Amino acid sequence: MRAAKLRIAAIIAAAAALAACSRPAPTPTFHAEGFPEHLSDWGVISVHDGELALSKGVVPYDIATPLFSDYALKLRAVALPEGRKAVYNASEAFDFPVGTIIAKTFFYPEADGTWDGKVTYGADHTVKNGAMSLKGYHLVETRILARRKNGWVGLPYVWNADQTDAVLKRAGEIIPMTMRRPDGREEKFNYLVPNANQCKGCHATTLKTRELRPIGPKARHLNKMSTFVAGKNQLDVWDEKGMLAGYPGADKAPKNADWTDASAPLDARARAYLDANCSHCHSPTGPADTSGLDLRPMAEFGPRTGLCKSPIAAGAGTGGRPFDIVPGEPDRSILLYRMEIDDPGAMMPELGRAVEHEEGVALIRQWIKEMKGSCS
Amino acid sequence: MTGKILLIAASALALLSCGQKPEKAEGPSPAADSSYQDRLQTQLLDAKPGDVITIPAGTYSFDRSLSLDIDGVTIKGAGMDKTVLSFKGQVAGAEGLLVTANNFTIEDLAIEDTKGDALKINEGENIIIRRVRAEWTGEPKTSNGAYGLYPVRTTNVLIDGCVAIGASDAGIYVGQSKNVIVRNSRAEKNVAGIEIENTYDADVHDNVATGNTGGILVFNMPNLAQPGARTRVFHNKIVDNNHKNFGLPGSAVSSVPAGSGVVVNSNDQVEIFDNDISGNKTANIIVASVYSSGLSREGMTSAFDPYPEGVYIYGNRLSDGGKNPDNLKLQALRVAMFGPTGALPDILWDGYVNPDKLQNGALPDDLKLCVQNDGAEVLDIDAPDDYKNPKIDTAAHACALKKLPPVELPANLLKAG
Repeated sequence: MRAAKLRIAAIIAAAAALAACSRPAPTPTFHAEGFPEHLSDWGVISVHDGELALSKGVVPYDIATPLFSDYALKLRAVALPEGRKAVYNASEAFDFPVGTIIAKTFFYPEADGTWDGKVTYGADHTVKNGAMSLKGYHLVETRILARRKNGWVGLPYVWNADQTDAVLKRAGEIIPMTMRRPDGREEKFNYLVPNANQCKGCHATTLKTRELRPIGPKARHLNKMSTFVAGKNQLDVWDEKGMLAGYPGADKAPKNADWTDASAPLDARARAYLDANCSHCHSPTGPADTSGLDLRPMAEFGPRTGLCKSPIAAGAGTGGRPFDIVPGEPDRSILLYRMEIDDPGAMMPELGRAVEHEEGVALIRQWIKEMKGSCS
Repeated sequence: MTGKILLIAASALALLSCGQKPEKAEGPSPAADSSYQDRLQTQLLDAKPGDVITIPAGTYSFDRSLSLDIDGVTIKGAGMDKTVLSFKGQVAGAEGLLVTANNFTIEDLAIEDTKGDALKINEGENIIIRRVRAEWTGEPKTSNGAYGLYPVRTTNVLIDGCVAIGASDAGIYVGQSKNVIVRNSRAEKNVAGIEIENTYDADVHDNVATGNTGGILVFNMPNLAQPGARTRVFHNKIVDNNHKNFGLPGSAVSSVPAGSGVVVNSNDQVEIFDNDISGNKTANIIVASVYSSGLSREGMTSAFDPYPEGVYIYGNRLSDGGKNPDNLKLQALRVAMFGPTGALPDILWDGYVNPDKLQNGALPDDLKLCVQNDGAEVLDIDAPDDYKNPKIDTAAHACALKKLPPVELPANLLKAG
C-alpha cells in the first residue's frame, strides 16, 4: 500500500517534469522598471525549432518607407496592454499607453546559407501567422522600446551565438561583418548596436525634453496595405484589433510613398526616403535642428529643406561641395555626398549606417538630377 | 555674381574639388581597450545627478562615440596631458563625447583624434568646459574632425583654460547659444581658432589664437533658429594666423582667407578691443557679409539679416598685418594701392550695407562700423561693386558706439574648480 502510494507520487512527479519540459508559450511581460538582462524576459519573441515566433497578442507591422540600417531586415512588432488603445495622431507617433512594448528585430540573410559573418540582402522575409523560419537567416539584435510611466525607455539586446536568446548590451556593441551585395561585391563593415543613449540620438525627436518616442508607428508610415493580413490596409487592421483610438480612417490619414514603388511620383518617393532616414533629427525640434535643415515631408521645399543651403557645421561632410542641394547637380550636392560616404565623421545618418545604401542614393540622385533651378 | 570677391580663394578651392568622390573608410579595426570603453559608457548611462565620474591618468582607446544625457554630471580627468581619451580607432559615431544634458562639467582631460567633433554638447544649460584639450595629432589635415569643443544651443557656458588643436573647422566653436564666456584658452592650427556663431552675449577674452587660418571669428549664418549679436572680443593675443585653409569648400569657414586675425561676418553689435593682433597676413581684422562668403541667395530664408551692423573696434594693438593676403583680388589691390612691398590696412570691410536702412545715403550711427583705434585705417574694398572703388575711409568710421555690458554667468559657474 505504502509502495503503491509512492509509485503514484513518482508518476505524478514524472508527469510534472514532462510538462515542464514542453515549453509554455511565452506571453508579453511588461517590466515597469529595471533593465531585464534577456530579451526573453519581455516575452514578446521566442525562438524554437528553427523558428522565430511572436507571442500571443504581439502584432507585427511594417512601414511604407523604412529607415535604412545597413540592409538589415527588420521585424517590427508591438504589444499593447490588454484592452488598451494607442491614440491616433496625424503627424506624430501615436500615443501608446503605459505598458506598451515595441520590439524591432534586425536580421540578415546569410550570404553562404550558414553563419560565417557574411551577410547579404535581397528579398524580404518576415513572419507569417506569427512565425518565420530562421533557416539561412542570422539574428543580430532586437531593440525594445517600452512605454513606462515616466516615458519610453530603449534597450538594445544582442542575439547570442546559438541564436536562442538576446542579451542586454546597454553600452552597445560593434559587430564586424562582411556585406556581399547581390552582384557579388564584398565589403567589410562594422555593424553598430547603439548604446542606450544612442537610441535617444534618433528617438529623442524633441531634444529639449529628451523624451524618447517611437518613430515608425506614425500614420503616414503605417498607412499601407498590410503585409500580414491579406487585402487590408494596415491601419484598418490595427483599428479592427481595437488598437487605435481616434482613427479617422485610412483615406483621411496621411500616407508616405513606398520609396521602391516606381509608379509613385519621384518627389513623393524621395521625400518619403528623406523622412524615414533623416527627419527624426532634421526637424525644427530634433537633435539636428542645429543645422537648420528640415527634412520632414510636410516642410515646404526651399532653403530649409536644403535648396542652395550652405551647411552650418558639416566640416568634412561637405565633401567639397557648395550647397546641400544644387538642383540638377547631384554631384555638387552635399546631401548626396553624405549619403554616399561611410566615414563616421562625414556621413549621414551619423549612426546606424556603415555601408552605402546604393539604391537609396540612386533615388535621391535622380530626384536632384530632375530638379529644376540653380543656385546663384 | 557680385559679392564673392573677398574670399575668392574659396571658389578656387571649390573648382579643384568639385565632383570629389567619396573615399571609403577603412575596414573594421576594433578598439585596443574595449573593456574600459564599455565600463565608462555604462557609468555614463547609470550616472545620477551630482555624480563625479573620474577618469584616472592613462590613455584609453575608443572605437565609437561616448554619450551622456543625465543632468548634473561632472567628468573629471587627472589633467589634460595625463588623461587621454583616444579615438584613433573610431569606427562609429560623429563625435568623441556627445552630451545632451544640463549642469554638465568636464575638466582636466584630453580628447584626441575623433572622426568628427571631439566634444559636442547639444542643448543644455550651465555648462563648464575647463582645462580640456581637444586635439587632432599630427599635421593639420582636411580629414580631421570639424570641431574641438562644440557647445551648441546651450545657455550659460564657460570655456576656461582649454586647448584646441587641428580642427578642420573651428577649434572652439560656440553655436546658437546664449551667455557664453570663452577665456584663458589656446587655439592653434585650426581653420578657425575660436568661433562664436549665431550666439547672443559672448565674451571672448584672454585667449591665445595663433597658427590658425583665422584667429577669432564672430559669424551669423542663415536659416537657423536664432541669429546672434553682442559678442565682445577683448584682451586676446591673435597672432600669426596664417595657416593654409584646410577646411573643405562648402564648410562655413572654408572661405576664410589664411591670415585673418578677427573676422566678423554678418553678426551685429560686436566689440573688439584691447587685443594684441599682429602678423595676420590678409588682415588683422575683417568685417564682412555672408555675401562675401560664397553663400547662395536662393539658399537663405528671407528672415536672415546678412549685414554686420554696430561693430565697434577700439584700443587694440594692431601691427604687421595685411602684408600678403591669401586672395588674388586682395593681393592685386594691395599692390595697386600700397605698392609691391606695402601692406593692406589693419581693418578690411567688404562694404555691404543694408540699402533699406540708409538715411541720406548713410547708415544711422548705431549700425555703423566704428573704429577708435590709434592709427588703424579702414579699407572699404567695395565688394558689392566688384572692387571698382576701394577706398580708405577711416574718417567715415570715426564714430563711437555704446559699449556692451559684460556677460554675466551664474555664480556657481564661475567658482574656482
